[in-house]
Amino acid sequence: MIENISIYELLTVSTILFFIGLYGFLTRKNLIAMMMAIELLLNAAVINFVVINKYLFPDMLQGVYFSIFIIAVAAAETALAISIIINLYRLKTSVAITETETMKY
Amino acid sequence: MERVFFYIFAVIIIVFAIASVTSKKILRAIMYLLMSLLAIAALYFMMDYAFLGAVQMAVYAGGIIILFIFSVLLIHHVEGEIEEPSKMRKIGMALLSLLGLGISLATIYSFDFKVATKTATTSVENIGKGLLNYGEGGFILPFEVISILLLAAMIGAIIIAKGRKNI
Repeated sequence: MIENISIYELLTVSTILFFIGLYGFLTRKNLIAMMMAIELLLNAAVINFVVINKYLFPDMLQGVYFSIFIIAVAAAETALAISIIINLYRLKTSVAITETETMKY
Repeated sequence: MERVFFYIFAVIIIVFAIASVTSKKILRAIMYLLMSLLAIAALYFMMDYAFLGAVQMAVYAGGIIILFIFSVLLIHHVEGEIEEPSKMRKIGMALLSLLGLGISLATIYSFDFKVATKTATTSVENIGKGLLNYGEGGFILPFEVISILLLAAMIGAIIIAKGRKNI
């Protein structure tokens, strides 16, 4: 654990980060900007896993493993979403969410 | 000393995250996100999880940010600006986020965490042995599932981004 820092302060940082990401996800109108907000949400979750592992169960490593898995899933998700966005841009020449109302074609 | 560094990193994380979700220029927003992710990696280093900090820097700062920059350069102008939402929507969503933040913080501060007093150092060797352990409590199955998932995501990304016309 970090010297002189309680678990509450670290959890406060991760909670603030989560809700900043939520605000960005709800207000952005561009698909790439929404993806960036999702990265912030995932990072807040990873910080929670790591902090709870370090402060409550320091002799176990389950939180670290789950953090590595979350980071891997985030990388896969970003690669897929960006390929979808590039393909969508070819069809519509726009990445604003108001232009993409149907998922049919 | 650790306290000072922790507060510096916490302020960097939060300020750059706010800048990242409110900036109008999309390339600048990506750079702010990069600063925030690097400060999070610094928090992992401070918590003595050096391997996790290295993974965060390599995968997020090295991989995901580069993907974002590539996609922005492919489909936007470099100085491209993001369409702004209406003011009412911004204020409403900010209030909603603050409400959720208040409820979550109240829940966290009213919960009594049983913080362990002992400290243990973790080496990369322990992490690797635990990940590849197929005994009790081992993580070999999720590890293999993740590798299949990454392979499937790679093939899927290639096929989706290739488009329909030129096979």
